[in-house]
Amino acid sequence: MTKPSIAVHKFSSCDGCQLAFLNLEHDLLSVLNAVDCRHFAEAGMVDEDARVDVAFVEGSISTPQEMARIKRVRANSAYLVTMGACATSGGIQALRNIYSDGNWAASVYAQPDHISSLASSTPIAEHVRVDFELWGCPVNSFQVLALVNSLRLGVAPYEPRDKLCGECKRQQAVCVLVTRGMPCLGPVTTTGCGALCPRFGRDCYGCYGPGENVNRDSMRNCFAGLGLVDDEITRRFHFIHSHQPVLKG
Amino acid sequence: MVQKTVSINVPMLARVEGEGALHIEIGAGGIEALQLKIFEPPRFFEKLLETRSYLEVSDVVTRICGICPVAYQISALQALESLFDADVGQWVKDMRRVYYCGEWIESHCLHMHLLAAPDFFGYPSVVEMAADYPEIVRRGLKLQGLGNDLIKLLGARSVNPVGARPGGFYRAPEVAAVQALCQKLRDALPDAFELVRWTAGIDLPDIAQGFTSVALHHPERYAIAEGNIVTSTGVTLTAAEFEQHFSEQHVPHSTALHCLLHGQPYLVGPLARINLNYDQLRPEVKQLLQECRVTFPSSNMFHSIIARAAEVCQALLDSIDILQAYTLPEHPYVHLTPQAGVGYGASEAPRGLLWHRYEIDAQGAVRQARIVPPTSQNQARMEQDIRLTLEALGLERPDHELRLTAEKVIRNYDPCISCATHFLDLRVVRP
Repeated sequence: MTKPSIAVHKFSSCDGCQLAFLNLEHDLLSVLNAVDCRHFAEAGMVDEDARVDVAFVEGSISTPQEMARIKRVRANSAYLVTMGACATSGGIQALRNIYSDGNWAASVYAQPDHISSLASSTPIAEHVRVDFELWGCPVNSFQVLALVNSLRLGVAPYEPRDKLCGECKRQQAVCVLVTRGMPCLGPVTTTGCGALCPRFGRDCYGCYGPGENVNRDSMRNCFAGLGLVDDEITRRFHFIHSHQPVLKG
Repeated sequence: MVQKTVSINVPMLARVEGEGALHIEIGAGGIEALQLKIFEPPRFFEKLLETRSYLEVSDVVTRICGICPVAYQISALQALESLFDADVGQWVKDMRRVYYCGEWIESHCLHMHLLAAPDFFGYPSVVEMAADYPEIVRRGLKLQGLGNDLIKLLGARSVNPVGARPGGFYRAPEVAAVQALCQKLRDALPDAFELVRWTAGIDLPDIAQGFTSVALHHPERYAIAEGNIVTSTGVTLTAAEFEQHFSEQHVPHSTALHCLLHGQPYLVGPLARINLNYDQLRPEVKQLLQECRVTFPSSNMFHSIIARAAEVCQALLDSIDILQAYTLPEHPYVHLTPQAGVGYGASEAPRGLLWHRYEIDAQGAVRQARIVPPTSQNQARMEQDIRLTLEALGLERPDHELRLTAEKVIRNYDPCISCATHFLDLRVVRP
């Protein structure tokens, strides 16, 4: 089997999703030996314009330079995977799309002319075609390994898209919404994290993004019934994935 | 005499966290321009925090940096708790130290093996190095994994952990889980000691420089998230007094701000800490360093890698001490009552002092936030260091050698560029 060539590209992000690779411990060396890693700046490989079989993209598009660069990455990649909330939905920094009036940089940096920043932070798929999306803030090593192995073995990658609530039941985690009245986003959030927050006794805040066919209005009503005021409910929806249409408004 | 003009560009720095570049111009008179450029796009975290409840702050700031999320959480929580006059109690303090030790171990081991070591052994990346030194790399990755395990014990995951909250933690770990992890830490101690011996044996450049060290200091413990801010020039201050002595400036070539102490560059991070807090190191660690014939304080910046290894040992030993006496608390957190005002927090992120300031309203919502991360504090020092190191090396050396040396100097600071880029309150510096 010839080694697939890969690249890991970073855009506007915290670098946390790249750690899904770098925190693999001994598996890191196995993965890096199983592929031909052409570009992964944090790991030491720099060849930004290398043509590769698979590009992993972390981060959102928030500068004019990034708008141009993602097009080059797309042109150089046979298969493009977005990794994490920033790349798949604009990330926490997409809150600026709702709240900033487009002028945070201009109003706050001493010399804003030197700051090159768009008024919005947007997901990769708004700029180029994306072949597969890994959701999560951050994605975990299991997701990344499963994807790499699927592509190596030539099978279509798969990520479950059901809601977090199912995972809580499978893990026998006590429902924090029903038993403790916490405004848990589990009923409208995609599974994938392993139900970490409910298992730690707190309400899900939506790292893995909105699930399919979510009933936002019903969720809002439920939270209102728990005593949250309108503004608090909106803030819960406007957090990690605020740029997702279903969470807006 | 006419000399050549050389321009050295490193368009993308490898093996750093975030995106940076270096531009150096050498003319007849020596280095004429030297700019460490940070082109990481700003993400405006301090603006994102405005109007958010104090309960949400640690979940926001953890997303500033994938490698040091715990540091962001703890500095923020301390700022809020000090404003609200909350005493979180000994159990929470102990568990936070363990949680933070996990991040030191994880971040230091990642930096030493994946980012810095290839420089000292002449490899482009850890993959090539692992082919020749498999045991060393494996040991490093294993220790990094243990650091992650400590963070997960209290935070559920090691990137953007979810377990910490104002007043303490959402959940207390079970005794059996603590005991099992504690045993793994004990088993790893010989590895951590070997790690120090290994770094002490690396053929590091021998270059002495004058610089000011800045770190937290506590008379009894090696300070992580307690004590005052001290400098090697003799200044001692509380977190609340930080702004009277340190100022940030916006320089055109960078989206990160340069932070200066009384107008001068200074150093934060493991070398600054061990220089100022050597006496507070555990006896086992001090003895190990003596055996290795390493002396602190040190004015050789390249001793940073030894300081990191020593801190991994220190963090491992501290974690074992705390965890082997672990008992379940009555409550894993204390309830807070928000008060209006301004709170300050400071803690030692793996790469140096991380300072936060929050103005909170009577409902507990953030009115204004200011965050000064370690890398913006080190940025002026890094530029100064590159200049001095290249001058000592000899500017007539071939370009590729100058470029590699400059990169090595930069990586030695473990710059965290994602953190360094943020929004700041307006400090006008008109050209």
